[in-house]
This record gives sequence, structure tokens and C-alpha cells, in this order.
Amino acid sequence: MTEDPSPPSRDALDSPEESREESLQQSTRRSFLAYAAAAAAGAVLASCTPEEREAYLQKRFRELSKEDVAKVVARLEAEYARKYGKPFKVGVEPAIPRTLFGYALDLSRCIGCRRCVYACVKENNQSRRSPPIQWISVLEMDKRTGVDVMESNLYYDPKEVPREGHFYMPVQCQQCRNPPCTRVCPVGATWQEPDGIVVVDYNWCVGCRCCMSACPYGARHFNWGEPHLPPEEANQETHYLGNRPRMRGVVEKCTFCIQRTRKGLYPACVEICPVGARKFGNLLDPESEVRYIIENKRVFLLKEELNTQPKFFYFYGV
Amino acid sequence: MPFVEFTVNSVRTVLRGNRAYWLWIVFLLALVGIGGFGYAHQVRSGLIATHMRDPVSWGFYIGNFTFLVGVAAAAVVLVIPAYVYHWKPIKEIVVFGELLAVAAIVMCGLFVLVDMGRPDRLWHLIPWIGHWNGPGSILAWDALVLNLYFLLNFVIVTHILFRGFNGREYSKRFATPLILLSIPAAVSIHTVTAFLYNGMAARPYWNSAILAPRFLASAFCSGPAIMLILLQVVRKIMPIEIKDEALWKIAELMAYAMFVNLFLFGAEIFREYYSRTEHLLFFRYAYSGLNGHRTLVPFTWLALFCSVTAFLLFLIPRTRKNWVALNVGAVLIFAGVYIEKGVALVIPGYTPSVLGEIFEYFPSRTEAMVSAGVFGVGFLLYTLMVKVAVAIMTGRLSSRRSEAAGV
Ligand code: SF4
Ligand code: SF4
Repeated sequence: MTEDPSPPSRDALDSPEESREESLQQSTRRSFLAYAAAAAAGAVLASCTPEEREAYLQKRFRELSKEDVAKVVARLEAEYARKYGKPFKVGVEPAIPRTLFGYALDLSRCIGCRRCVYACVKENNQSRRSPPIQWISVLEMDKRTGVDVMESNLYYDPKEVPREGHFYMPVQCQQCRNPPCTRVCPVGATWQEPDGIVVVDYNWCVGCRCCMSACPYGARHFNWGEPHLPPEEANQETHYLGNRPRMRGVVEKCTFCIQRTRKGLYPACVEICPVGARKFGNLLDPESEVRYIIENKRVFLLKEELNTQPKFFYFYGV
Repeated sequence: MPFVEFTVNSVRTVLRGNRAYWLWIVFLLALVGIGGFGYAHQVRSGLIATHMRDPVSWGFYIGNFTFLVGVAAAAVVLVIPAYVYHWKPIKEIVVFGELLAVAAIVMCGLFVLVDMGRPDRLWHLIPWIGHWNGPGSILAWDALVLNLYFLLNFVIVTHILFRGFNGREYSKRFATPLILLSIPAAVSIHTVTAFLYNGMAARPYWNSAILAPRFLASAFCSGPAIMLILLQVVRKIMPIEIKDEALWKIAELMAYAMFVNLFLFGAEIFREYYSRTEHLLFFRYAYSGLNGHRTLVPFTWLALFCSVTAFLLFLIPRTRKNWVALNVGAVLIFAGVYIEKGVALVIPGYTPSVLGEIFEYFPSRTEAMVSAGVFGVGFLLYTLMVKVAVAIMTGRLSSRRSEAAGV
């Protein structure tokens, strides 16, 4: 125990200045704590490698300058190459002007084979296990009840699809024009791009999962554990806002294969579908296939009453 | 440096105590240790150590958070009747209430932290340094108001206790406006927390306009329940006069709050069961089970039983004025609201999921351990703060004393 040689004199304490002094002292104490915290954080950061420090302090993708983006891309490519033992390309292609991507899915054709699910997992580097992540959920429904999500079966597993008396409804991110998921994010880690794709900055997401509660379509998935991506199966053609390998503790979702579609390719699920149930195109182009479908077929939106305004249209081709 | 002296002496105070005190401290430290162990495991393996998964993406942690926001809010709201009825121990109620609020907010913060997928990125939430995604994000608002509320309460109690330490009354000009401000602030933190759920149209179970009023009503039951027990303890160990009438009045007010709570619940139940829309599924999951999935059913009924029993105990003057019945009632209310907020609010919101999946969630062992740890930290903090506050308010700890003792 140390002796305090100068106990405060009563006079000093009783001075009218006291309460100001007091709050000053409180605030110096608080700022002291803040400094201590900053110093501690600094000490931790100082013990990291320069790359780790840079990664930790990286700003929001949307706020990065051109030079910063280049640095981030280089850092990530090196990191992935090291981790997966092969070169990666992390693209940052911006939205194509005058483009608003839209999707149409023909319920009368879908046979529920789930090939789209697996193609998506492969193309987009989703975690293979513990727990597996799949951006597309195919729901099996009873023809007698019609489209009723609450009565659907996500885990159907018959010997052969389609099953008698049933039809299938794949659900993935509907790329809402009025997305509830982006609004709720406390840190602005997810947003809608000019071409209508809703993306996540995996390096900014804090993993609070507000967006998962807000999404009415179960389209957002969380990396509960370390994502499990076998190096030999990894897709090296990636996009920063899309299929680049993710880390634990962040949210991910379908991006209409941003790494492909911004280069003029079709999404992987469109290409793989054996019955041609999936259509994709530019909603602003009057000649596009999706526009033709919207204008000529019987189209409906899932959970239309929530006013999320999906750019994903279900239709009956026949 | 009077503040340093204050701090040093406070530390000395908490290091002195009888056997019971130390047993309690050791118990709490053990809880903290268990929590630390659990959290270390969670940090190593990720949130996969919990039983939350994509269909049920929030669970026990966020339930506890919600409950504790209610406690933080309601502890302070007792200040209103203290003023209205001119209770003698206003200052004590203010001090113990606001200390409780401080401890509860610390626990809230910890529960949010342990629920985060990337706790290392906490700084992203700080305005200007990170990115504050207001005004759209309710969680961004919640983080803001909770921090302000914490600061407000912290400043008030520090002021009162520091003044008391120097043998002086608190400055009415400085403290009273802040105390009065803390009341609407208390209401706002709980309202904003309710809106966090309320605003999600994807989850019909939460998307009901009376959710925020229900939150407030239930919090006005659980917060005072703690204070009721606490004030009895305080007047045993301190020469502070707290009249029986004041305690009975608190119980009576809790009975009214519980009435409103049950009434609002009834209104909700009527709407769901009479109109029988698809949204009934969530209530059915909670109260009768869905397709044989009944994990939650015993809990929801237990909560209802606790609430109704406590309501009756507090409503009838004879039982209200009986100390045994009163304390049983306080515990029942606390338990009832805890289950209601911790379990029956969050989980049925996700079950069935937005795609109709029934994923039965129940907290994992890690979740239980971590939660115990968070409660350990909160109770420890509260115990230590109350110890100092009691010492100051009884005059055992003061600058004059330390001067006289030559410390
Ligand atoms: S489907 Fe869900 S994740 Fe996709 S944009 Fe809409 S709300 Fe967001
Ligand atoms: S989980 Fe990530 S993207 Fe989703 S709301 Fe939280 S911070 Fe935003």
C-alpha cells in the first residue's frame, strides 16, 4: 500500500470550480481508457505481419481508391495462392452501364434434379461441409396445394425426380429492388450494385446476421465454421464481391454469378439446367429473353406482398 | 488527486469483506472462468460451436441481450414513482437502479460481442472510424443509444458517489436533469431493441405493432422485480430507511405492468387464433408444437404460468404484503420474463423458417457456458459497485475517513 502524501484539501474540493473540474477529471479518465484501449489495439497490430495489419485496417470496399483496390486485390490473390496452392484471379469488374440483371425460372419445366445447386456450389466456392453452404434451395411442393412455401419440403430425397404429384421450386437470392437485407446492416457491408446485384463485402461484414433475419427468402448464408473448400475443386476465376474464397464468420449469398455475368457470360445455374428452366438477361433490353417472358407468360413473384420487388420471376412456360 | 484517491479507496473497499462475500465472489469468478473457457472454444472453432444455423440464425445470446436491455431500462424507470410518491430513499433507488443499468448494459454489450461472427471487426460499428449505417439500420441505432445510455448512467452514479465520498450531497442542478433524461432514454433503448425485431417483415411473429409496447410492459415487471429484492437486502445491511409502503407500492405497480403485459399478449393471441392465417404457425410452434416438434412448449407454458401466478400474488393486497409471497412473486416474474424474452421471443420467430423448414434450436453447451460467463461478469461488476456504493452511502468510505486514518 502506498501512502498518499497529499490528501485533497477540503477547500479545494469546495470551490465552485469543482463540478467542472470533476467532470474534466472524469473525461480525462475516460480518454485515458480510450488511449489505453487504442494502445492495446496498437500493440496487437504491431505484432502482426504488414499484410495482416493491412487486411485488418482495410476500409469498406466502396470507399477504397483505385490504388487501394489494386493493393487489396494483390494481397488477396497472394493470400489465396498461398492457401490453395494455385494462382487466383480476383476481379473487380464494375457494373456494365444500362444493365439491370433479371432472372426467370420456368416452374413447368423444373424437374428438381438439383444440378443447379451443385453447379453453384462449385462455381462459387461454397463451403463443402461442416456445415455445407448452398445458395440455391430447391423446394418440393405438392401439386394439390400449389405454391405454398410453408408446406414445402427442402429435404426431398426420392430415387427419381420428379416425384409423382409434385413440382419443384428453386429459391435463391431474388436480387430485390427493395432489399430489406441491405437496409438492416449496421455497418453497410452489403448493398445493391448499379446493375441490381446485391453484394456483400466479406472483409467488412461483422457477422451480426441481421440481414439473415431480414431476408424473406432464406437467401443469405453464414460461415458458422471455417469454410471448407478443397484446393483441387476451387474456382480460381473470382470477383471481389462474388465467389472469392470466404472466411469464417461472415455472410454470403447468390450474386447472379457476378464474376461471369459482368463479362457477358450466363450464370452457372442457367448453363447447367438440363431442361432449360432458367433464363437470364438484361431487364432494360426490350429484346432480351427475360423481357419477352415477363411480357408474354404467366409470371409471379414470390412473397409479392412484402414489396421486396424481386428481379427473379417465376413463370409457367407451358 | 481526489479521483485517484476515490478509486484507490474503492478498490480497498471491495477487497474487504466477510466469508459470505468472498464465497459469492469466488462463485462469480468461477462463472467467469467457465465463460472464458467456453468462449475460447467458440473463438477457436467459430460460431459452429453454438447450435444456431442458417434457419435459426439468432438464438440464446440475442435472447439474453434482449432480456437484459429490458432490465437496464426498467431499473431506472423506478425513479418515476420514487419522485411521484416522494419516497424517502430516492437517492438509494437512483443509485442502485442506475448501477443495475450499468451492469446490465455491460452484459448486453458482451452478449452482442459473443454473438458476432467477427468480433475482431468491432471497430466497423463505431461511427466515423468504421461506418454507421443509419438511419436505416436499427442495430446501428441500438448500438448508439445503448452506449449513450451507459454513459448517462455511469456519469450520474459516479457523480453521486464521488460527491458522497467527499461528504457532500450530489449537485441537484447537475444530476436531476440527467436523472430525468435517463427515463425517456430508458424507454428509448427498449423501444429501439423491440424495433430491431419488429421491423422485419420477413418474420411475421415479430412483425406486430404491439411488440414494442409488450417489450416495455414486460420490462417494467422484470426490472422492478430485481429492485424489490435488492432493496430488501439493502435495508437489512444498511442503516437506510426504506418504508414497507414503498416496497408494496412497487409490487402494486408491477401488478399493473403485468396486467398490461398479459393483456397485450391476449390481444396477440386473439388475433392469431381467431383469424387463423398462416402466421399462426409460429404461435403453434411455441405453444402447442408443430408436426411433433415440441421443444419450446414446456418453456412457453412455464413462462405463462409464472407470469399469471405472480400477477395474482401482486394484485391481492394480502399476498402482496406478505414477505414470502412477495419474494416468490418477484422471482416468478423474473423467471417468467426471462423465459419469455430469452426463449419464446427469438426462436419461434424463426420456426418455421422463411422457407418452411422446422429446425429445432436449443442452446449448445458452449452457448450455456458463455452465457453463464457473461452473467458472471455482470453480477461481479454489480456486486463490486454496490459494495462501494453502500460503503459510501453509509459513510464508511469517505475522503474524511481516509484522511483521519492517515491512509
Ligand atoms: S432475396 Fe434476400 S438476400 Fe436477396 S436481395 Fe432479397 S432480401 Fe436480400
Ligand atoms: S451479417 Fe454482415 S452483411 Fe449481414 S447485416 Fe451483419 S454485418 Fe451486414
